Amino acid sequence: MASIDVESVGKVYTGGVRAVSDIRLNIADGEFIVLVGPSGCGKSTLLRMIAGLETISEGEVKIGARVVNEVEPADRDIAMVFQNYALYPHMTVYNNLAYGLKNRGTPKAEIDARVAEAARMLEITQYLERKPRALSGGQRQRVAMGRAIVRKPAAFLFDEPLSNLDAKLRVSMRGEIKRLQRRLGTTSIYVTHDQLEAMTLADRLVVLNGGRIEQIGAPLEVYHAPASTFVASFIGSPAMNLVKGELHGDKLAIGPAMIALNGFAPTSGAVTIGVRAEDLRIAREDEEALPFRLEYTEELGAQRLIHGTVGDQQITAAVSPEIALSPDMRIAIDAKRLHFFSIDTGKRLPGNVPAEAKLAPAEPVL
Amino acid sequence: MQTKRTVFQSRVLPYFLLAPQLIITLIFFVWPAAQAIWQSFLRQDPFGLKATFVWFANYTRLLDDPDYLNALGATFVFSVGVTVLSMGLSLMFAVAVNRVLRSGRFYTTLLVWPYAVAPAAAGLLWWFMFNPSVGIIPYLLSSFGYEWNHRLHTGDAMVLIIIAAAWKQISYNFLFFVAGLQSVPQSLSEAAAIDGAGPFKRFWTVVFPLLSPTTFFLAVINITYAMFDTFGIVDATTSGGPSQSTNILVYKVYADGFIGLNLGPSAAQSVILMLIVVVLTVVQFRWIERKVQY
Amino acid sequence: MVENRPFLNFLTHLVLILGVLMVVFPVYLAFIASTHGPTDFMSGIVPLLPGDQFSANYGYLLGTGESTAGAPPFLLMLGNSLAMAIMIAVGKIAISIISAFAIVYFRFPLRVPAFWLIFMTLMLPVEVRILPTYKVVADLGMLNSYSGLVIPVIASATATFLFRQFFLTVPEEMMEAARVDGAGPMKFFRDILLPLSRTNIAALFIIMFIYGWNQYLWPMLITTEPHYYTVVMGIKRLANVLDGDNQWNLVMAGVILAGLPPVLVIIFMQRLFVKGLVETEK
Repeated sequence: MASIDVESVGKVYTGGVRAVSDIRLNIADGEFIVLVGPSGCGKSTLLRMIAGLETISEGEVKIGARVVNEVEPADRDIAMVFQNYALYPHMTVYNNLAYGLKNRGTPKAEIDARVAEAARMLEITQYLERKPRALSGGQRQRVAMGRAIVRKPAAFLFDEPLSNLDAKLRVSMRGEIKRLQRRLGTTSIYVTHDQLEAMTLADRLVVLNGGRIEQIGAPLEVYHAPASTFVASFIGSPAMNLVKGELHGDKLAIGPAMIALNGFAPTSGAVTIGVRAEDLRIAREDEEALPFRLEYTEELGAQRLIHGTVGDQQITAAVSPEIALSPDMRIAIDAKRLHFFSIDTGKRLPGNVPAEAKLAPAEPVL
Repeated sequence: MQTKRTVFQSRVLPYFLLAPQLIITLIFFVWPAAQAIWQSFLRQDPFGLKATFVWFANYTRLLDDPDYLNALGATFVFSVGVTVLSMGLSLMFAVAVNRVLRSGRFYTTLLVWPYAVAPAAAGLLWWFMFNPSVGIIPYLLSSFGYEWNHRLHTGDAMVLIIIAAAWKQISYNFLFFVAGLQSVPQSLSEAAAIDGAGPFKRFWTVVFPLLSPTTFFLAVINITYAMFDTFGIVDATTSGGPSQSTNILVYKVYADGFIGLNLGPSAAQSVILMLIVVVLTVVQFRWIERKVQY
Repeated sequence: MVENRPFLNFLTHLVLILGVLMVVFPVYLAFIASTHGPTDFMSGIVPLLPGDQFSANYGYLLGTGESTAGAPPFLLMLGNSLAMAIMIAVGKIAISIISAFAIVYFRFPLRVPAFWLIFMTLMLPVEVRILPTYKVVADLGMLNSYSGLVIPVIASATATFLFRQFFLTVPEEMMEAARVDGAGPMKFFRDILLPLSRTNIAALFIIMFIYGWNQYLWPMLITTEPHYYTVVMGIKRLANVLDGDNQWNLVMAGVILAGLPPVLVIIFMQRLFVKGLVETEK
């Protein structure tokens, strides 16, 4: 068990390509951190620097209180789960799990005990004598997890461990990883490009873009108070609507339409307005609203997504499938639910933070 | 050049790992080659006591030497003969094996083993087949009125070594043609069939053009084979005769160097052969680069 | 494809049967000849059916040989060939696999020059540098020795390329996982890479064994003591002398003995052989 501190870490490859800049991140003992971002954002590079598979060009990484910049991966007291599992194809499941322990000179009896325990936890006991080739994708995934667990490391590092599984298995393995991590209480860093995986797994998630941190926060905080237009569009599905607007005192102009803000305007002039699809609704006849031209709809079952334009800007709203649609609809917005971003930097403008952003994560009732 | 994205950190270990290969390469490959190049510019006096630097005199003399020009010509005829004969037969067998499904493996087994026969042994097998006094082929030919004798007739000798060399190379070409044929998508043949092409037309208009990378590759390999790996065949059968008609370049460089002990001219011949190998290797690797881009 | 053309099927099998005949017939004839006594050739045409001298001819060659013709007992030469072929195959594989390991799994200043140096060996077959190589071996006192037969020919660019190619296809994560599991370079090489290369090693062994067995010019140059003769050069010496005597039965028995071991290897390990052949040329 250990905390992990990433202090002003950067990575420049030979040849001068910069992959990661100035990452500062303090991970508490037992915390589950998810690094999320589009491909090429530096999340894997960061993880691999923590693992010791990439050299650290700038800054320091500490595991526990020890600076590990020059420490071999094997001596960092971490275990890693790889995207393609990296199981040794010529070894049985048992030997795959035991290999790291053998290399450390762990006594045979203890290896047996630890492998048996991990196998029981992951329900792979009956496959211990098989080769990886004879296992299904989900089973291989479990073996890869087992290889990390038997080592009882200070931290688990996961590099997109679920992306080779089909959608259904991914959901169930996601649950399993969370359950195991809660049970073992091991500090974990998990890399993914899937925002849903990030939301569901993380104690805190770290959104990366272009090698920099965009935001660090609990899932609800990142969802309800995104720090930038990048985070706003990356986290949540469908993505947050981002439109250009202009603030005139307490009024907001979106194209030709005007709505009153009732005191929520943080600034004046041109801004980027963000609003989640579920915070939009079809307006009643008598209220102030935006004219909406419907283009197409998507049925999600519980919800219906309606896609269309306000003025010349794309808007998606999530509405109840029971509400009838008409060509001359209008869309109403609750001013409290608007997000304002600087049109120049894309950063969130100080002002209203929705109450949901401060909700504590739901802890399991044990 | 490619490595793994993460590599092991060690200053000395990789040099230890490479040392055996590099030391052998330097001592037995690079150093002798350098010696050959150096000697090709020297001329020894008749007693081998003194050597003078003669620039390209050994080369110009070589290119004026009718024996050497004859060897060049013989090598050309031999290489082309071996390549065409062996590849033609192999392609035919490969296409046939590709057509039969169940018995394909059986035929393959029976066709691939000559690869393992040593060139000298292959030469002796055909030397026996063509033996003017007891061989079966001269016996059959004589009933057509042809008196075969490769000890006297230069043409007969050339035909003999071409057949022996081509026979041995059939298995190699066959396996590569089979691999090439199997990589031609079945759907293309089917599309051509729907477009109304009969089996022969399908082969020549669809399959064969798609085989052209394999064919080109094999042509280079076969020329290399005929020029450099057939020493045993010539030495075990004709020994370059009669009247130098089968004295191909690799055989001549050996004969002049070891038997004639002409160091300078022999070294010049070695250098010319090296240049030929370099060209063939470069052509072959250019082909591989192109193939990768498919 | 659904296609049934009886004539074409007939033609296909005809071509294949003719092909097999063409390939097999010389060897059949050689075998037949090797079962006859020397007088059976006097009639001027080879017999087409087996004779009764099989054990006499082969027994004579294996046990006694034609020492006057420079062909010691074939058992000795077969043993030399086997030893040479195995040493060449093992040697080539051993030094190539560690070279490829260094080139793929390390980054060091002389990596690229080393690779090109190995590549150059492709361009310098022994046939084109015979005389100076002979001189080097003679100066090193390696004439008439197993080390002289083997060491100068075990540098191998093709084997190095094959292993390099294979190592590049081994997933990156394999080595990373091993490092996280605490394996250093040599441990990774022994525990992970070698077992993963098993099939490639076996396939390459077959190709290199055949290459080694069929060495001809090189053993002929550097062995002058019959004690070191190999069988492939032995049959030629045998033929040179016996041709005049019309002892074709013995020559052909020698050819069969020299050719049989590598041919058997190919027939029994066809799948590995094909893999080795096709992959070393890529």
